[in-house]
Amino acid sequence: MEKLKHNEMELKMLKEELAEMWRLVLSQLQKCKQAYLTNDAELAREIISREKRINSFDLKIDSDCENYIALFAPVAVDLRLVLSLMKISGALERIGDFAEGIALQIVEDVCQLSVTNLKEDLKIETMFDIVISMLSDSFVALESENTKLSGRILQKDDEVDLLYREGKNILAEYIRNYPEYGRSALETCLILRRLERIGDHCSNAVEEIVFYLDAKILKHSKKQGAAESSQGEP
Amino acid sequence: MLINIIEAQNIDFYYGDFQALKGISLSIAKNTVTAFIGPSGCGKSTFLRLLNRMNDLIPGIKLTGKCLVEGNDIYDKNVDIDELRKKVGMVFQKPNPFPKTIFENVAYGLRVNGIRDKTAIRERVEESLKDAALWEEVKDKLNRSAYDLSGGQQQRLCIARALAIKPSILLMDEPASALDPISTSKIEELIHSLKRNYTIVIVTHNMQQAARVSDHTGFFMLGELIEFGNTKKMFTNPQNKQTQNYITGRFG
Repeated sequence: MEKLKHNEMELKMLKEELAEMWRLVLSQLQKCKQAYLTNDAELAREIISREKRINSFDLKIDSDCENYIALFAPVAVDLRLVLSLMKISGALERIGDFAEGIALQIVEDVCQLSVTNLKEDLKIETMFDIVISMLSDSFVALESENTKLSGRILQKDDEVDLLYREGKNILAEYIRNYPEYGRSALETCLILRRLERIGDHCSNAVEEIVFYLDAKILKHSKKQGAAESSQGEP
Repeated sequence: MLINIIEAQNIDFYYGDFQALKGISLSIAKNTVTAFIGPSGCGKSTFLRLLNRMNDLIPGIKLTGKCLVEGNDIYDKNVDIDELRKKVGMVFQKPNPFPKTIFENVAYGLRVNGIRDKTAIRERVEESLKDAALWEEVKDKLNRSAYDLSGGQQQRLCIARALAIKPSILLMDEPASALDPISTSKIEELIHSLKRNYTIVIVTHNMQQAARVSDHTGFFMLGELIEFGNTKKMFTNPQNKQTQNYITGRFG
């Protein structure tokens, strides 16, 4: 195999750093699903305590990308890679924040609903599964430098958006029927909201991978529905 | 509307048996900066030099195809080379002021072109030195030797000398490669401001310089023009794999 040049080695290390961060965020999200479904406060605390590591990764990747730009003045595909890595790292950091937010809700035990099958009706487990697959598929797309999967991943975001909208309707109905459980319903709605935002950030990550590999800009080209559902939110 | 001031049409160029340029076709619009990049020996300087027939004195050269400047074929047998070079000025890699005063360096081209009016010469010298961003530094020592100037100042003096005869095109062959970063930055600023009145074609080994100063970039390799287009596009998303490998340092 041909020996990598100095700048290529540096880029490879940057990518490896992001991959490590990605694996950590993925594991946080998987644990978050488990903690929510089993109402496991201990596991939720573990998620909260590991959140700091995600933030450190974000800072480190930002600083390493800044150094790479300053020292190597990258152009073309190298420049697109560095810009993408910075943005993906930001998206992963936000996903980590949302996972931590859900974990805090589990620790505080504020999401207990009176109707036992409501969790199933809301399809929260499905939402978790979809965003987890979005996150892992986009990781595979970056690792294999293949954007063929990108369309399918972006479609999954539409599914998450739909589940979020349906979930909100179900919860609105629930609040009408069980006003005394209004607070729990609102907290549950916040979980749906966080999962929907995780889906958005996964989409952003995929769009960055397409920008890096194919030099195409997909962001803001999505259909109106997704844009509406996330208006004014970070 | 952009008007093409230079048009190369399928140019082949030979030094004896060696083919230095292969089928080069490109257009350069008026009042733009065009940079040529590529590894040593790729033909970029050869192409630059044929734009004002600087290669003519080399024995055994042969050119086919057409090279139009302002619509006229500059290799037509009726072309007056002195007239062509008045229109197409050149600045070289190493500053090459004449062993004369600063003033006389700039006035030289005017005098050989028959201008005798002292006031007109003085005005044109001042104007050229101002255009070359050198006036403020030399206005009190115009009668000093050009050799007293720093390398960067000498290069700007050579640019002023080229500007004095009011060319429409300025060719620059690695104009900043022998200069320190401050002088380089002054030359780059100058290129940027000269664009208003001149068309500039520059050859550079410094890719970041090409990216900073030019509107269009051409990448040459082994005598071929591999890619030619908008500089922003070239440095963010080149269309050719060889261009990408070269500008990202993966070439060779």
